[in-house]
Amino acid sequence: MSDALLSTALTELHIENEAKMVPFAGYNMPVQYPDGVLKEHLHTRENAGLFDVSHMGQAWVTGEDAGSELEKLIPIDIVGLADGEQRYGFFTNKNGGIEDDLMVSRWGNDFFLVVNAACKDQDFAYLRQQLGGDSKLNIIEDRALLALQGPKAHLVMQDLGHSLKDMAFMNCRELNLAGAQCYVSRSGYSGEDGFEISIANSEALELARHLQAHKHCKWIGLGARDSLRLEGGMCLYGHDIDQNTSPVEAAITWAISPVRRSGGAREGGFVGADVILPQIPNKVSRKRVGIKPTGRAPIREGTVLADADGNAIGHITSGGFSPSLGHPIAMGYVSKSHSKLGSTVYAQVRGKLNEAKVSKTDFVQNNFYRL
Amino acid sequence: MSNKFTEDHEWGQQDGDTLTVGITNFAQEQLGDIVYVELPDVGREVEQGEECAVVESVKAAGDVKSPASGEVIEVNVALEDEPELVNAAPEDGGWFYKIKLSNNDELASLMDKDAYAAFVESVS
Repeated sequence: MSDALLSTALTELHIENEAKMVPFAGYNMPVQYPDGVLKEHLHTRENAGLFDVSHMGQAWVTGEDAGSELEKLIPIDIVGLADGEQRYGFFTNKNGGIEDDLMVSRWGNDFFLVVNAACKDQDFAYLRQQLGGDSKLNIIEDRALLALQGPKAHLVMQDLGHSLKDMAFMNCRELNLAGAQCYVSRSGYSGEDGFEISIANSEALELARHLQAHKHCKWIGLGARDSLRLEGGMCLYGHDIDQNTSPVEAAITWAISPVRRSGGAREGGFVGADVILPQIPNKVSRKRVGIKPTGRAPIREGTVLADADGNAIGHITSGGFSPSLGHPIAMGYVSKSHSKLGSTVYAQVRGKLNEAKVSKTDFVQNNFYRL
Repeated sequence: MSNKFTEDHEWGQQDGDTLTVGITNFAQEQLGDIVYVELPDVGREVEQGEECAVVESVKAAGDVKSPASGEVIEVNVALEDEPELVNAAPEDGGWFYKIKLSNNDELASLMDKDAYAAFVESVS
C-alpha cells in the first residue's frame, strides 16, 4: 500500500517511537505518537514539541537579482529583508489567488525558501520558469527540517549552548547544534515561540535523537500540528487558502508589505497586483473568519454556513476541536454581511442547523518571542 | 451475556430483550481522542445497520450503526459532557444507548468475541 511513499531522514525513528504513520503529500509521515493528538497538542502549548517537517520543500534562490525577481511572484518586501530576517509570503496568480504560501529569509545575498510539501514540485517548476536576470533556483534535496515549538523550546536550545535571547521571532541564524551545522529560524506554525531547523539528512537522525532525549521534548505528529495552527488562526494551504482565494479575502493582507501596496516605493509589480491591490481599500465580498460553534459538535471542512433564513452565506475550510479551549473551533469564509465579530451563522451538520458565532481567527493568542 | 460484534466495530450486549450498544476498543483506538458523541433520541425506532449515533475524534467523525433493530429506551447522557469515556472504557462506561430488541434473531448475524478478534486481525 505504501511502497510508493517517500521517507524522510527520520521515518525509521518515528516508527521506532511507535508513531501512527499515514501518507501525506506523497510522504510516509507520523500523524500521531502513542500519546495521541490531545496530549501532544497540550504538550506543545506547555513544553516543547518536536516535529519532523522534512517533507516541506527547501530551496535557495541566489544571484544579484534574486530579491527583485522573487518580488515579481510574491507581494512582500524581499529586497528589503535584512540579513538573517524572515517573512511570510505567498505566490499569487493572475486572478489574485494564491498558488502556495511560504517563508522567505535572507542569508547574505541569497534567499532561503520553505514551501508546502504538496506544492513543492509545482512551486519549483514555476520558479525555474519565472526567475530571470542572473537569479537561480537551487533545490535542497539533502536536508531535513525539524520544528521545535513551545514555550520551553528556547530552554532546549539553551541546553545545546545557545541562549538566543537576542534572536527575535522571524530571525534566522546559522548555529552548531550538537555538532551539526544548521540553518535555524525562530518561527514555526504552532503559534508558540520556537525554531525551525534545517539540517543535513546525514546528521538529522543524531540531532533528533539528542532532542527527543531532552526532558522538555516530545515528538508531535501532523494531527496536533493541524490543531495547533487552527487554534492560532493560521491558514493551511489547499484548505483555507488556494488558487481561488485572494489574500485580502483570506485576511492575510497584513503580509503584503506596505512598500508593495498602492503608494509604496515598489508598488505592485507582482502577479495579480491589478486584482489584489484594489481589494485592500475597496474590501471584498467575502472574508475568512473564525467560527465558534455554540454547541459541542465540531464543524468540519466543507460544511455549508447559512443565515437565519437558511440562505447559504459561506462554508467551513478547517474545523475541529481545540484541545486548549476544550471546545470545537473552525474557520471559513462568510459573506461580508456576516463577517462582523459576534455575527450568528448556522452550520448545516447532518441535517440540522447548528448555531455558531463569527469570531477572531486566532482562538488562542500567539506567543511569539519579540524583543 | 457475552458481547456480539459488527464489522463496523460496534458491540452489543444482550440482557433479556435489552441490547446495550457501544463501539469497540479497536474503534476508539482508530478514532483517537474522542471529543463529541451524538446520541439518538429515546423512543426512536432504529433498524439493524441504521446510522443512529455519531462519534467524533479530534481528527474525524464516524457513524455508529445499530447492531440490531429496536426502540431506543435509554442513552448514556454522561457522554455529552465526558465523551472521553469512550476512550477510557469503550466496552463499559463508554456505552452509547440501549434498545428494546424487536427481533432477537438478528443477533445471530453478529460475530462472537473470537470471530471479531480474527476480523480485526484481518483488517488491521
